[in-house]
Amino acid sequence: MTQAALAFDAISVRYGAVTAVDAVTAQIPSGAMTAIVGPNGAGKSTLLKAALGVVAPQSGQALFFGQALDAVREKVAYMPQRASVDWDFPIRVIDVVLMGMQRQLGLLRPVRAADRAFAMDCLARVAMTDFAKRQIGALSGGQQQRVFLARALAQRAALYLLDEPFAGVDAKTEAAIVTVLQALRDEGAAVVAVHHDLATVPEWFDRVLLLNRKLIAAGPVAETFTPDLLRQTYGGQLPPQKVA
Amino acid sequence: MFEALLLQSGYNATLVTLGAAALGLATGAVGSFLFLRRRSLVPDAMAHATLPGVGIAFLVMVAMGGEGRFLPGLLLGAGCTSLLGLWVLQGLVRGTRLPEDAAIGAVLSVFYGAGIVLLTYIQGLGAGRQAGLEGFLLGSTAGMLRADVYLIAGGGIVVLLALLALRRALVMVAFDPGYARVMGLRPEWVDLALMALVLAVVLLGIRVVGAILVVALLITPAVCARMWTDRAGVMAVIAAAIGGLAGYGGAAVSAAVPGVPTGPVIVALCFAVFLGSALIAPRHGLIGRMRGGRG
Amino acid sequence: MGADFVVLSLVPMAIAVLAAMACALPGNFLLLRRQAMMGDMMAHSVLPGLILAFLLTGQVAGWAMFAGAGAAALVSALMVEAIVRLGRVDPGAAMGMTFTTMFAAGVLLLELTGASGVHIDVEHALYGNLESLIWLDASGWASVIDPAALRGLPPELGQLALVVALLALLMRVFWRVLVMASFDAGHAAVMGLPVALISLGVVAATAMASVAAFTAVGSILTIAMLICPPAAARLLTNRLGVQVWLSLLLAALSAILGYVLAGYGPFWLGMSASVSAAGMIAVVSGVMLGLAALFGPHRKAG
Repeated sequence: MTQAALAFDAISVRYGAVTAVDAVTAQIPSGAMTAIVGPNGAGKSTLLKAALGVVAPQSGQALFFGQALDAVREKVAYMPQRASVDWDFPIRVIDVVLMGMQRQLGLLRPVRAADRAFAMDCLARVAMTDFAKRQIGALSGGQQQRVFLARALAQRAALYLLDEPFAGVDAKTEAAIVTVLQALRDEGAAVVAVHHDLATVPEWFDRVLLLNRKLIAAGPVAETFTPDLLRQTYGGQLPPQKVA
Repeated sequence: MFEALLLQSGYNATLVTLGAAALGLATGAVGSFLFLRRRSLVPDAMAHATLPGVGIAFLVMVAMGGEGRFLPGLLLGAGCTSLLGLWVLQGLVRGTRLPEDAAIGAVLSVFYGAGIVLLTYIQGLGAGRQAGLEGFLLGSTAGMLRADVYLIAGGGIVVLLALLALRRALVMVAFDPGYARVMGLRPEWVDLALMALVLAVVLLGIRVVGAILVVALLITPAVCARMWTDRAGVMAVIAAAIGGLAGYGGAAVSAAVPGVPTGPVIVALCFAVFLGSALIAPRHGLIGRMRGGRG
Repeated sequence: MGADFVVLSLVPMAIAVLAAMACALPGNFLLLRRQAMMGDMMAHSVLPGLILAFLLTGQVAGWAMFAGAGAAALVSALMVEAIVRLGRVDPGAAMGMTFTTMFAAGVLLLELTGASGVHIDVEHALYGNLESLIWLDASGWASVIDPAALRGLPPELGQLALVVALLALLMRVFWRVLVMASFDAGHAAVMGLPVALISLGVVAATAMASVAAFTAVGSILTIAMLICPPAAARLLTNRLGVQVWLSLLLAALSAILGYVLAGYGPFWLGMSASVSAAGMIAVVSGVMLGLAALFGPHRKAG
């Protein structure tokens, strides 16, 4: 395998006495869409946050393109869960997208016409051009999610980490997000998404990482997304009914 | 000072000290339920909002030719503007996008500002006539009439009895409002009852502790009590005991050392109890936590 | 509007405007970050620092007071953190405990050391001494360009002007990262922004504004100005940049209107004494917030 876009190296996270993520080691390659799948409370979001340093891991580390995150931050885009944001914040859609370009803009450089045009391009890719001047809170949940994806696109990253991008969105948003993510993959980027809906995994994703605090299995969908391994992931008592 | 602590510095001082202790008991107990409901800072707004009411009541009573310092009248005025402040607070939270903490800060500072405008206006009317009103800023037991003490102590006992009757409902709603509704309780009515009790102790407290500091008597004993127990009922009893002791000690010290306002002494005593609890409370205290390993 | 105005009212009014603007600037971010009570806490907590500074230096104004108040603000911030950890309570309750304790300690210091009655008292701490900050060296409008007269300006004016300029500069430089960290801290952290340091910066800016304003206008007006103008501005616009400018405008407007109403209002009503300017400014800012809450175009979410 070539240099992994993201390598989890024995990452453990504990909240008080509870172990949320237990020594997970796995590799995420570029040019593929990877789904992180597991039951509620399996530590899926926590694993991403620990890799990104948003929560402090008890032990272990994550390497991005073989390096620590600080060395390659501009290549890593993150889309948090919708619930983590204050939607009442007085800010317009276009300004949210421009936040993705912070590393180029720095503290004081004014936003130029070219920056604005690029931000508008990113909005166009998620079919949100018409909403550029709306306040972020005035959008529907799906529209907000697409704006967040546009913000990630504005970073021109090589690795996209998305925390439940499809949670609570409408069909139109779902289709728009999948199209954009597949295009990113085809351009050679690595895409990782925490995902809930097992039925869509084979259709949308190339690889899957099965997680229930410990890593159950990781690999191509064809080999890893099997009823056996899924039952192991979900603990047997909660059989995943949607798998055909 | 020791004479005052042992209730030997005269009948009036003794009466005042016991009144302050009754107030502390009631306030500590109410505060522990407020703490469980996570609304500790709402009374901060309500207490500050009493001040314009005190001023208005004073002016009205003087205009009617009466004695401006009549405590029940002043408390009636204080209650009216305190309720008005609570109503404005709820209006801001429900009717606008402002978060509750901003609404609390806005109500407390604006109402207090209005109160200060009225107090300075009363001062401008003529020297001496406002005497006693500044006691509502920081609390003062000096110049309290015997009837005032009876009012405060009696009110405290009524609040305690009401708490005793409502305690199960209050705990249930604080723990899980949804479940409480299923069990046939109306959380909004229980909350209203709690706020009524809060209003009562705030009103009884502003004369003794002052409008700025009365909120400490609602918060600090509850926080201390939480460190000693994991049970809601026991917590209320411990908080009441701490509040009662602080009220007693504060009034006694203030009676013995002339010029020292009661409120700050009571608050300082409460904080001293907090420091002690943080250090030695079993399991939740610093020493307990170190001996028991993790918290 | 002659010489009397310049001597008696110009400087207090300018100080009120600057104090209001100094508080409104960080107040905008306190509002958005759900930390509005921080202002309440800071404004009450600086009292013991002021009194200790007075006891140590014997001065009632100037940089010694500023330093004392700053130290008290720092202590109170540490106290909140310690109480949250020790008592495992939410920050709101911890702030309530901290500011009441600090304020009580201040009052006790004042009463027990005999500092009260000399130059500072509790009323001064609550509603400031705006009306006493007069410009004795002035003789008329010409004094505004007279270097000798300008040297006699109360030091609070220069302090506040400096604080407003510094806060405005800091806000301009760090605007983008402030907005990013306040809107979505998780994303900002992944983008490599020092989120914890930015939070600390907001607290420090609030402390600086509170300390500067407290010595001139007292605690109540400091709280009102930290909260009311930004809150009213928030209900008038959905754009943060506009909100900050509007909050500055509303702050200045409340200061001027409030000062005039307090100083001249009672005379118009036929009474002989004026009322507290700090209290009246707080009331005016509250009326503005009330109007914004009733009629503001963006008063409701969504």
